[in-house]
Amino acid sequence: MIDSDVLERVLGRALQGGGSFAEVFAEDRRSSSARLEDGRIEELTSGADRGAGVRVVVGEATGYAHTADLSEASLLAAAEVAAAAAKGGGGIDEVTLTRRPVDSSPIRLRPEDIAKADKVALLRRAEEAARGAGPSIRQAAVSVADYRRRILVANSDGLLAEDDVTRLRFMVQCVASGDTGMQTGHEIVSATRGWELFDDRSPESIGEEAARRAVLKLQARPAPSGAMPVVIAAGIGGVLFHEACGHGLEADLVDKDASVFAGRMGQQVASPLVTIVDDGTPRGEWGHLAIDDEGYATQQNVLIEDGVLTGYMWDRLRADKHHRGGTGNGRRQTYRHLPMVRMTNTYLRAGSGDPDDVVASTPRGIYVKQLTGGQVNTATGDFVFGMGESYLIEDGRITEPLREGNLIGNGPDVLRSIDAVAGDLEMAGGGGMCGKDGQSVPVGVGQPTLRVPSLTIGGTAA
Amino acid sequence: MSGTAVDTSLVGLAEGVVARAEPGEELEAFVARRRRTTVGVRKGEVETVEQATTAGIGVRVVVDGRQGFAYAGSLDDDAVALALAEARDNAVFATPDDANGLARPDGVVAVELPGVDEALAGIGTDRRIELALAIERAAVATDRRVTGLRSASWSDVVAESAVVTTTGVRALDAASFWSASADVLVGDGDEVQESYGVRVGRSLDEEPDVEGAGREGAERALALLGASQPASRRVTVVLDPHVTGSFLSLIGQTLLGDAVLKGRSPFADRLGEPIAAPGLTLVDDPTDPDSPGAGRVDGEGMATRRNALVEGGRLQGFLHSTWSARRAGATPTGSAVRDYASTPRAGTQALILATGELDLEALLAAAGDGIFVQGVSGLHSGTNPVSGDFSVGISGRAIRNGALAEPIREATIASTLQRMLLDAVGVGSERVWLPGGTGSAALVIEGVSLSGS
Repeated sequence: MIDSDVLERVLGRALQGGGSFAEVFAEDRRSSSARLEDGRIEELTSGADRGAGVRVVVGEATGYAHTADLSEASLLAAAEVAAAAAKGGGGIDEVTLTRRPVDSSPIRLRPEDIAKADKVALLRRAEEAARGAGPSIRQAAVSVADYRRRILVANSDGLLAEDDVTRLRFMVQCVASGDTGMQTGHEIVSATRGWELFDDRSPESIGEEAARRAVLKLQARPAPSGAMPVVIAAGIGGVLFHEACGHGLEADLVDKDASVFAGRMGQQVASPLVTIVDDGTPRGEWGHLAIDDEGYATQQNVLIEDGVLTGYMWDRLRADKHHRGGTGNGRRQTYRHLPMVRMTNTYLRAGSGDPDDVVASTPRGIYVKQLTGGQVNTATGDFVFGMGESYLIEDGRITEPLREGNLIGNGPDVLRSIDAVAGDLEMAGGGGMCGKDGQSVPVGVGQPTLRVPSLTIGGTAA
Repeated sequence: MSGTAVDTSLVGLAEGVVARAEPGEELEAFVARRRRTTVGVRKGEVETVEQATTAGIGVRVVVDGRQGFAYAGSLDDDAVALALAEARDNAVFATPDDANGLARPDGVVAVELPGVDEALAGIGTDRRIELALAIERAAVATDRRVTGLRSASWSDVVAESAVVTTTGVRALDAASFWSASADVLVGDGDEVQESYGVRVGRSLDEEPDVEGAGREGAERALALLGASQPASRRVTVVLDPHVTGSFLSLIGQTLLGDAVLKGRSPFADRLGEPIAAPGLTLVDDPTDPDSPGAGRVDGEGMATRRNALVEGGRLQGFLHSTWSARRAGATPTGSAVRDYASTPRAGTQALILATGELDLEALLAAAGDGIFVQGVSGLHSGTNPVSGDFSVGISGRAIRNGALAEPIREATIASTLQRMLLDAVGVGSERVWLPGGTGSAALVIEGVSLSGS
């Protein structure tokens, strides 16, 4: 994207007024999306974004400026703006870059090579399958979005690394109508893969799943209110651990005392059944990265092992401050943003035992099959999650479906109280976007079937 | 970029693209440029200085009712040419829709707004740092239990955009904004709480109340200390203006032409009917210069206007883009929202709730017993905008004998948006402007189901 001698000159300019660290991050992103609603192809969109940001660090202060123009003159100007914000200290005279090998994920069917007509045909297949689910389906909307993101990172340590990532996301939303009014259902499939994704998961199966959820909710009764045991099915429930404890294990929040896990290293913070891992390496997963947005290789980081806090996630800045290595968790939304500590794929490791036994040993409670996102206060660990698909458990059996409601609890309390973890670890097929301080990045989540003895259900039943 | 005056080259660039339209082709170019500078401080020192300059173009093509769109995140000739070629190609695959088409000027004259404040556009980094430090100082000085800030930041923005179409639109808009925000941590014994405060404005005509943001963040966090879970029951709730604002934006989403046409609004068939308590009036008015969302033209270049949504409790209208107005056979409302990377859609720009007679103290006194809600979480995951059902996590204070009492947490309130509007028995007398452009106020709602222990 940019010649290494140009990068060396830009880094030199960034550090000419002092500074202990400088970095150039360049990005070229091509995206496309298509959307079908009510039988109409509403919209095909294509986008191209390219630019670079220059970061200069002096002590605790960081300067950042970016440009959409990758010419040397423009990069040098950005370097000067960033440097002006961070003066003094430093003493780096010259930067010599060495290219690091990066094992980028191979993509078999590049989305940009798929004909637009074929993309449109795929949307139609999913729509037909959704509408085929029954006369109560009133609407089906199908969308596909893909992007290819090429990044380059060069810094004053001499690091030079490039990566090339392709992601794909397919979503079906349905509205079903019946005696109880209108209900919605959706299914999302997303991966760090190309069009080969559809070899494993047909568009028809995605459409059918969204329709099934909407129809199911027509017969659903309002969720109850109050505290009760909750069994969370394998897969998407991992978002709960992403929110309820993952954020609290991000070193920037720990550093600012904005985490309930600050100062707890080595302590028992969870049930001995709980091991939580963040791992950017698994190819194909939605949160997969070969290198993070600071150029460092991602790795498997065990955050909590058998209930004991064993590690935080780090970006370059915080790791330096603590005189330790990074963990490959420095990420940013685009070249317009500063990197910060972010998760990649976060999951709870498999325990042992049969998921059916977890339900069978729960006399009365809630079985949650789909969560629809949530929010957490990292300072207290308090969280709220929406239940997309959930059921009552009565006498150890899954019975009636329930309408939307919220799960309310406290992350550390939940971690300590988990009393059953089955062996059926699954990554969620439809990872989402995680927002933090105004930046949004794709993250994967997963978990095995598990039980929390008591969570507050905020349902709408009188 | 100096940014002190409207940059006419944006219009020139848009005109250049539109001039390339082929016969039978409607073409729209939306060009935007934005400079945002943010200074973050921590413990009395500068932590970050970020200067972000963004420019991009969105090109929309309509041929025989087929619409195609493409964008570029830069304004160089190659990127613009690629966007135009891709937009044309994308149109080929779209389904024809006779409601597709670009905006046509309808005689409504765009209001004059202050535009870019020269003083704000020319603010220096030293002054920004002073302002950011003042936010942090004010938060720390509020109470000895303030343990620190997760962030204290000052941010200012100069934004310009131009829309030109083959259908006669040639519009320019420019504005400046500032915001001061504080994310404050407080502690007492082992307990830690966190909350935020924010102030927004469009100019430096008055001294920015940055201390207010710091103090508000600290006070909101302090109020949460020692919170306990309340008992489940049916209660009257008083929403603080921030919380009212969150609900107003949800309600706003149900009053958009797109949602109504697609059967996604519980109010779709209720035009002219009472849908709210008689005391409730809600407008979307981007012509109000006090709103942080004020603008002369919408995302399609139509002049903005004051649109009544609910007046005296009665549903008066919906907000439309050109597409939804045509499809619905409705009068245009100038309510298309977008950025350069997206096609225009109907949206709220400056939702404003008409204020009532009573101040907060009087509202609490009138409520007697209930809950003062200062924070909500899970608003989007917990709301079904189609059916109107919602269930959200709340934090705040109990109201006892008409006054604020102990803090509460780990509780939810549930109702439907429809019920909530009908049960909104009181609106506060103080208007608070929120970053999204919303003019909010405290709101009293009766008969809400509270779920706790």
